[in-house]
Amino acid sequence: MGQITLNQITKSFGETQVIPPLDLRIEEGEFVVFVGPSGCGKSTLLRLIAGLEDVSSGHIEIDGRDVTDVPPAQRGLAMVFQSYALYPHMSVRKNIAFPLRMAGMDEAEQKKRVERAATVLNLTDYLDRRPGQLSGGQRQRVAIGRAIVREPAAFLFDEPLSNLDAALRHGMRMEIGELHQSLATTMIYVTHDQVEAMTMADKIVVLRAGVIEQVGSPLELYREPRNLFVAGFIGSPTMNLLTGPEAKKHDATTIGVRPEHIEAGDPDASPWSGTVGISEHLGSDTFLHVHGTGLAETITVRADGEVPLRHGDRVGLTPHPDRIHRFDAKGLRIA
Amino acid sequence: MATKASASAARLMMAPAVTLLLGWMLVPLVMTLYFSFADYRPLRGAFEPWIGFENYERFVTSSSFWDAVTTTLTMVGGILVITVCFGILLALLLDKPIYGQGVVRILVIAPFFVMPTVSALVWKNMMMDPVNGILSHVWRFFGAAPHDWLVQTPTLSIILIVSWQWLPFATLILLTAIQSLDGEQLEAAEMDGAPPLKRFWFIILPHLSRAITIVILIQTIFLLSIFAEIFVTTQGSFGTRTLTYLVYQRVLESQNVGLGSAGGIIAVILANIVAIFLMRIVGKNLDA
Ligand SMILES: Nc1ncnc2c1ncn2[C@@H]1O[C@H](COP(=O)(O)OP(=O)(O)O)[C@@H](O)[C@H]1O
Ligand SMILES: [Mg+2]
Repeated sequence: MGQITLNQITKSFGETQVIPPLDLRIEEGEFVVFVGPSGCGKSTLLRLIAGLEDVSSGHIEIDGRDVTDVPPAQRGLAMVFQSYALYPHMSVRKNIAFPLRMAGMDEAEQKKRVERAATVLNLTDYLDRRPGQLSGGQRQRVAIGRAIVREPAAFLFDEPLSNLDAALRHGMRMEIGELHQSLATTMIYVTHDQVEAMTMADKIVVLRAGVIEQVGSPLELYREPRNLFVAGFIGSPTMNLLTGPEAKKHDATTIGVRPEHIEAGDPDASPWSGTVGISEHLGSDTFLHVHGTGLAETITVRADGEVPLRHGDRVGLTPHPDRIHRFDAKGLRIA
Repeated sequence: MATKASASAARLMMAPAVTLLLGWMLVPLVMTLYFSFADYRPLRGAFEPWIGFENYERFVTSSSFWDAVTTTLTMVGGILVITVCFGILLALLLDKPIYGQGVVRILVIAPFFVMPTVSALVWKNMMMDPVNGILSHVWRFFGAAPHDWLVQTPTLSIILIVSWQWLPFATLILLTAIQSLDGEQLEAAEMDGAPPLKRFWFIILPHLSRAITIVILIQTIFLLSIFAEIFVTTQGSFGTRTLTYLVYQRVLESQNVGLGSAGGIIAVILANIVAIFLMRIVGKNLDA
């Protein structure tokens, strides 16, 4: 259960079309991440699937059933909101049990399911508290608990981690990943953070202005970005994009090389050279921002964590020849 | 305001206002207390400064006292029920985006700006008059005998008039409360399978509980002393004599200042009991 098909769906708010005709197929049990810059229509797309917004045209199918006109509660999906949307006047227990209570499930079964969810999510000690008495991460878990007790066909997450601090976010990322492994239920996850997308997804859908730019596994997107937008969006630090004579040499309008595919070395024995500007020491790696190469204003290079280069030093750069991405005048990848 | 000097300067500057306010409140209260223990009937030239609790005894033991207490509580209770229920309904409606929202909102608030005397007169003569009132025309249109509101159902009539005046207040407070509800909570409830009525019961109503508490507390304080509406319509006859009106009659109609003052003090005490009682049952919503 949990196979979702979007068929030529569009969405307009008044005159403005936020989602132009869009097709997408989400397989059963997949962890799909919608990623894209803010305002590109990720939330809108998720809300269309949830049924919280009506599509302007097109069809949505869940497990082969046309649900385009089915109200949200009967689509068998559960959603975790960015603000968590917990019910502030109910205890954690009541929050989690709410969907079961609405479904008219008997008390004993409700209790059993709530307790099972609480165990999975480490919430057993907090069941009688109000949401206001919990930390951000705990609230997040309650919201997830409320979703899993329903045993939905698919989970929808809308930027669920954006209100958490960095350490918690990392932890929750792992927990959601574990949850997906153990439940094996379809999950659709919206984020603007490409790191979340890369680390969690089975399949990434890159969106820009409502248009799907590319669909693929994290490594496919990393290895073969279909266009300049995806190339610039996926990967951290971002890919170095060079135009001009250097690109001409490769029969392309633009070429891209990721920082991790450039070797720092002897300035006299390398094809490119420049001066080191700011270098970011992360311990495991050092990101060098190299100026004055004559290729682009700055070239970012990932070097060894203990590289002895300092601000103002000259450095030589060697790109891996088979890791150079080529793009044509329209910004599309040249195979 | 952190230093000692600035704190005492502040105290000094607030002193005139505080003194004025205290005087404003204390002088009438002390005078009323003083008169309530005196036999003071100015028209008969009777003045005896101390007669003990005689006034209190007479006021409480007269049959009109308990009738007045019952009437007061019926009126206040009825008005509270009507304003809160319809206030919630109106607030829910006004929260929906509708055409001409601004104008509609002003129209809803309008009754609050009409003076109580004026609105009571308008209701008495234009709406509820058994011959020319709009309501009697409506009754006749449907072939029914016109209802003489202020004679046949006087308490209900006054409850309706005052509710009409206070509905805007309740609506306004409840509307701002509804607008502060996080829309995602309602969407979450919708996805959790709660139909509109259950969303209202489980999400919206609990969210409004604090605002409802405030509406009830503030209105009770003001409603315990409604006067103009009774004065203009029934003059306290047909069982519409509230405690406030009884005090008025004792002081001005019977010219018995001592008895009236005792009634006033009793009214203050009763109002405080009601207030404490309300605080107890609904006040716990305030610190949630
Ligand atoms: N209810 C709405 N009415 C009008 N425009 C909207 C509404 N919801 C979203 N939009 C517009 O749709 C676009 C996409 O929004 P959204 O899906 O929230 O973006 P994202 O979640 O990717 O940041 C934005 O330009 C936004 O202004
Ligand atoms: Mg969004």
